[in-house]
Amino acid sequence: MAEPYLLAEGMTGGYGAADILHGCTLKVEKGQIAVIVGPNGAGKSTAMKAVFGMLKLRGGHVRLGGRDITRLSPQERVAQGMAFVPQTHNVFPSMSVEENLEMGAFLRQDDFRPTIEQVYDLFPVLRDKRNQPAGELSGGQRQQVAVGRALMTQPQLLMLDEPTAGVSPIVMDELFDRIIEVARTGISILMVEQNARQALEIADIGYVLVQGANRYTDTGAALLADPEVRRTFLGG
Amino acid sequence: MDILNAFVALLNYVMIPATAYGAQLALGALGVTLVYGILRFSNFAHGDTMAFGTAMVILATWGLQALGVSAGPLPTALLALPLGIAATALLVLGTDRTVYRFYRREKAAPVVMVMVSVGVMFVMNGLTRFVIGVDEIRFDDGVRFLISAREFKQATGLSEGLALRGTQVLTVVTAGLMVWALFWFLNHTRTGKSMRAYSDNEDLALLSGIDPERVVAVTWIIAAALATTAGTLYGLDKAFKAFNYFHLLLPIFAASIVGGLGNPLGAIAGGFLIAYSEVSITYAFKKVLGYLAPEGWEPEGLVQLLSTEYKFAVSFAILVVVLLFRPTGIFKGKSV
Repeated sequence: MAEPYLLAEGMTGGYGAADILHGCTLKVEKGQIAVIVGPNGAGKSTAMKAVFGMLKLRGGHVRLGGRDITRLSPQERVAQGMAFVPQTHNVFPSMSVEENLEMGAFLRQDDFRPTIEQVYDLFPVLRDKRNQPAGELSGGQRQQVAVGRALMTQPQLLMLDEPTAGVSPIVMDELFDRIIEVARTGISILMVEQNARQALEIADIGYVLVQGANRYTDTGAALLADPEVRRTFLGG
Repeated sequence: MDILNAFVALLNYVMIPATAYGAQLALGALGVTLVYGILRFSNFAHGDTMAFGTAMVILATWGLQALGVSAGPLPTALLALPLGIAATALLVLGTDRTVYRFYRREKAAPVVMVMVSVGVMFVMNGLTRFVIGVDEIRFDDGVRFLISAREFKQATGLSEGLALRGTQVLTVVTAGLMVWALFWFLNHTRTGKSMRAYSDNEDLALLSGIDPERVVAVTWIIAAALATTAGTLYGLDKAFKAFNYFHLLLPIFAASIVGGLGNPLGAIAGGFLIAYSEVSITYAFKKVLGYLAPEGWEPEGLVQLLSTEYKFAVSFAILVVVLLFRPTGIFKGKSV
């Protein structure tokens, strides 16, 4: 079998002396939605940051599209086709929606107008609010700006750190629908989610992390059906 | 009752000087606020950057005058301004490379950066005096008065004269052009937008591939241009004296904090607010009230709230009040 598009194997490391990740492995195929769930403090966000190069690894390696990118900085990984949407502070609040998208395309030398139009097609509400400062938008709309900004580099792998944190259930459903749409265009998605049940419903593959290590790995549907996973992580 | 004469007196002694002074403060405060927005510290060396820039402009002016170059009715200093800006930009870029960059890489706390800038201030202070001396220098040439008090009285028949100096008009026009150019740059160019993005959210700017060192360098160049222009306009309007620019630091800081640190629009509003407060609180309103009051009711005292020696107390009081009650300033800036 060919190597998956993203292959992060045996990641071990942390911020200080103590390790948070203990041999954590994540794989995402092209156009797949992969979801990381787990209890608080399991190292979900840390695993994501490690994949993006915001954390020094003491062990393991990260490969993207067959290339070893373990030593690259986050900026270099963006150039390699990764995009990251942080959980908070993920927009430029005083800049308009359109300027936020332009900044996402900062490194692109070609004409990025078509990409902006694609983002507007994906999130029609942003087209109406294009000249409004992003900081004045609602939580859900701001998340859309954040995802739109990340899509401006035309990434192959989109990483989302709790995209639905602090938004209403209706907005959450809509955001998940949009994420499925993005994945259909062939972009791989790796996301961390608090709303484990809903996230696993749309997941092609789910990773349950506990204490920085893989506990369960299966398709989203299989994890949802697994009584053990349900009892321990999904609250029955 | 003589409303017209009262208005002319007010215009002549309060509004015109305060507008020119406000424009100078606004330019200075813009430089402080930009550096704060991008580099995230209050630059105490800004006043002395203004002094150094003005000193460079004066040297270039002398050079041009020696060559026989003049700008006709305009001061020669205007021609020398680009040279002064270039020299000052080189100095601040050099300072950044040798001093600030080290602390930026160390991720030093803002208060450490402020102390560093105090050190830079002393060095620039000495450098300026070493180059041009400590004496008062007048370097305005060209047309002195656009409207002189005597002509105004003859033309209007009013007993109160109105004088409008060339440098005052020049100050407001130049400041207006600078501000327009700055806002155009920040809102319509890729580099300008990347500066705003960096100021808004440093981490996300990095993720978007914005080069922080480039943003910082452009910020210093703009700050040098603003400081040199503000300093030169102030020197043309009053006179150049290295020590005065050190004193200007307080009203400039007050202006940028009142307006909201990091907010360019706030810096401009703050500049005019401070200038108008300072001038109107230290102005003796005896004359104006004398025209307005009914016969026999004219005030005997000066009707001056504070003597001019205390003008800096005005900035200081405004600063304290703002920091106590609205630390983010009138326009929403960053909290200090």
